[in-house]
Amino acid sequence: MTNQQERPLLIRGGHVIDPAANTDAKMDVLLRDGRVAEIAPSGTIVAKYAEVFDATGLTVAPGLIDIHVHLRQPGQEYKETIATGTAAAAAGGFTSVCCMPNTVPVNDNPEINAWIQAPERGAIVNVFPIAAATVGSMGVRLTDFAALKNSGAVGFTDDGKPILHDDIMRASFQAATKLGVPVIQHAEDTRLTGGCSMNLGPTSFRLGLRGMSIEAESGIVERDIRLARETGGHLHVAHLSTKKALDTVRRAKQDGVHVTCEVTPHHFTLIDEYVGEYDTNFKMNPPLRGTADRDAMLEGLLEGSIDAVATDHAPHALHEKQQEFDRAPMGITGLETALAITLQVLHHHRKVPLKQIIELLSSNPAKLVGLKGRGTLSPGAHADVTIFDPNKKWKFETQDSRSKSKNTPFDGWDFTGAVTATIVSGKVVYHRDRANR
Amino acid sequence: MRSSKSKQRGRKQKPAPSIPTGSLLAIESFSPEEISSLLKQSAAMQSQLEKSPASRRQLTNTLAGRRVALLFYEASTRTRVSFEFAAKNLGAVTTVVHAAASSIEKGESLVDTGYTIEATGAEAIVMRHPSSGAAQLMAHYLKVPVINAGDGMHEHPTQALLDAYTMLRHKKSLRGLRVLIVGDIFHSRVARSNAQLLSKMGAHVTLCGPNELLPELAATLAPGIELQRDIDAALKTADVIMMLRVQKERLSGLNLNIEDYIRDYQLTQDRMRNAKPDAIVMHPGPMIRGMEITAEVADGPQSVIVEQVANGVPVRMAVLARALGARK
Ligand SMILES: [Zn+2]
Repeated sequence: MTNQQERPLLIRGGHVIDPAANTDAKMDVLLRDGRVAEIAPSGTIVAKYAEVFDATGLTVAPGLIDIHVHLRQPGQEYKETIATGTAAAAAGGFTSVCCMPNTVPVNDNPEINAWIQAPERGAIVNVFPIAAATVGSMGVRLTDFAALKNSGAVGFTDDGKPILHDDIMRASFQAATKLGVPVIQHAEDTRLTGGCSMNLGPTSFRLGLRGMSIEAESGIVERDIRLARETGGHLHVAHLSTKKALDTVRRAKQDGVHVTCEVTPHHFTLIDEYVGEYDTNFKMNPPLRGTADRDAMLEGLLEGSIDAVATDHAPHALHEKQQEFDRAPMGITGLETALAITLQVLHHHRKVPLKQIIELLSSNPAKLVGLKGRGTLSPGAHADVTIFDPNKKWKFETQDSRSKSKNTPFDGWDFTGAVTATIVSGKVVYHRDRANR
Repeated sequence: MRSSKSKQRGRKQKPAPSIPTGSLLAIESFSPEEISSLLKQSAAMQSQLEKSPASRRQLTNTLAGRRVALLFYEASTRTRVSFEFAAKNLGAVTTVVHAAASSIEKGESLVDTGYTIEATGAEAIVMRHPSSGAAQLMAHYLKVPVINAGDGMHEHPTQALLDAYTMLRHKKSLRGLRVLIVGDIFHSRVARSNAQLLSKMGAHVTLCGPNELLPELAATLAPGIELQRDIDAALKTADVIMMLRVQKERLSGLNLNIEDYIRDYQLTQDRMRNAKPDAIVMHPGPMIRGMEITAEVADGPQSVIVEQVANGVPVRMAVLARALGARK
């Protein structure tokens, strides 16, 4: 993906926010040979042959990183491909994505892992696989963590099929700890959620749908924290959705356990009531919760006990979502709306400074999965940059989506805050004004 | 941030704008006026049925030649037969489509089955389906009215209408009426529809059962619903006692002992001594004698269970006439 032959790119006049370097000022950034060559006060960089990107009035940030996406390839190309998924990522300002292993077949061996990262897949942003923790994600036998890490995996998980057995989870921690990578858990006690299609609450009762309890999430988080403490492993809790689980994570952090967590834009924005009359675009796992849990997610983001925002981008074809609610698959797309929602809800409504937003979407995720030289614009770092206008008003319409699937609850939503350009390895892979929509 | 379109979502009491006129999907989205009007229509249907053979014949002009498809994804005797007779009493032509005997088994989607039935000329679809929300899904995509004959654990609106109709034949008004519903509330679409309807019409609804079958959440179903674990206490003030079937096939995962259930909740002669002498006993069926109710009570003087079944026909006639836009 590096373009050694490309002209250098000078991003001029923008407001650079790089939390990792403690930068929050009007600066120019010079990108050369796929790296950040120089960053200096505006107007001071001399680069005769550089192409100039005028970022006046815009925010220049280290490229956003989504550590939880489903790209569906190999095996479910009718939902999404690595090419279409990364195109959606670029449009959403993401320069790197970490893809979950629940493909067909499951990404549980170095061959599939390498295949996903091959240039033939046509990715336009960086793709870092998270490999399966157990063979076939069946929860029985561990995969070869070392071989998978050597072939590019940055973490291990059986996302969607949580590891329930203590001994397997313990062994996962032990293997991952040796390699310095996290074990990522989709915290759901599936023994308690059979047949459930939404959150347990007044709405599920009213609609006659079986509901997932808060305890089905928090119970697994509590168990995993105990094992992380015991093994010294790094537990990363995927798409946290309940106050009870968040409280557990917060306490464990205070106790010095190596635990981190992410939350999705929909879990800090929407509530279960919005399922309304069985709208399957509001069906995902974990499900949308009640107001108290939604508000707790916001609090957690504000106070910093939640480490990252991740989308859980989960494309599904129209014919799959156009089914009876209990039969429709769980999941919604999210790459193209994540930054906008985060800016809208956290920055504009809750007055969270942009620096903190960029920590949640770039520098923290980079640290979480150990992406060296990303999540920052320090000289020498990868030339991955996201340029956005925090005040630009726009409307998201699914018909314009680059994702192959259109299963989002945010169709027709108005936002303040939009991506202007996405730059990967020094090359503009998305520009709002040049986007053919 | 939400667009005007999105703002509609999650709002209760309001069907989506694309639902075909004449559909009956859930009591929850019905107004008290609409309920009253359907109950009045039902009474009119019944009196015309009973007045004379001539008036009965005259009824067949109401929907003469109109086509009604009955789409059943779940076995049902009384509801299907009742809808069929109701349609025929009004002169309509009916076709019954059973899931087992159609392309449904081959994996055709619900919406595609709906399109097919609509394309063959059906003017209304009555449907029963094991998934909650199935009728809503169908109505969302079709142009013809959809009548929900039971969707999963969600609603069974015509059952609630015929239950209310039956209550009104024995009691002056639904307003202030004390209705006790006993049994497996959690799995029951009948309970949900009845609770919605009775709450809207100003009745006092008490739900009774063990925690496994009646979670605390049930109180959030509609305004003014009370929960009571003790059937003997609840029986004392009830004007209407509605017993629900214990859905034995669903009990396997629950911590519920059948003997305990029978001891604590079965409606027996003995228990009926606590009840008001003018209280009526109802059951939407299918009924398991010796389980939730004894034969003595089911066949006893206070039981109106057989009458409920009969009342299904005029009520469903009113619903079909409304769906197909018949005059009067
Ligand atoms: Zn997950």
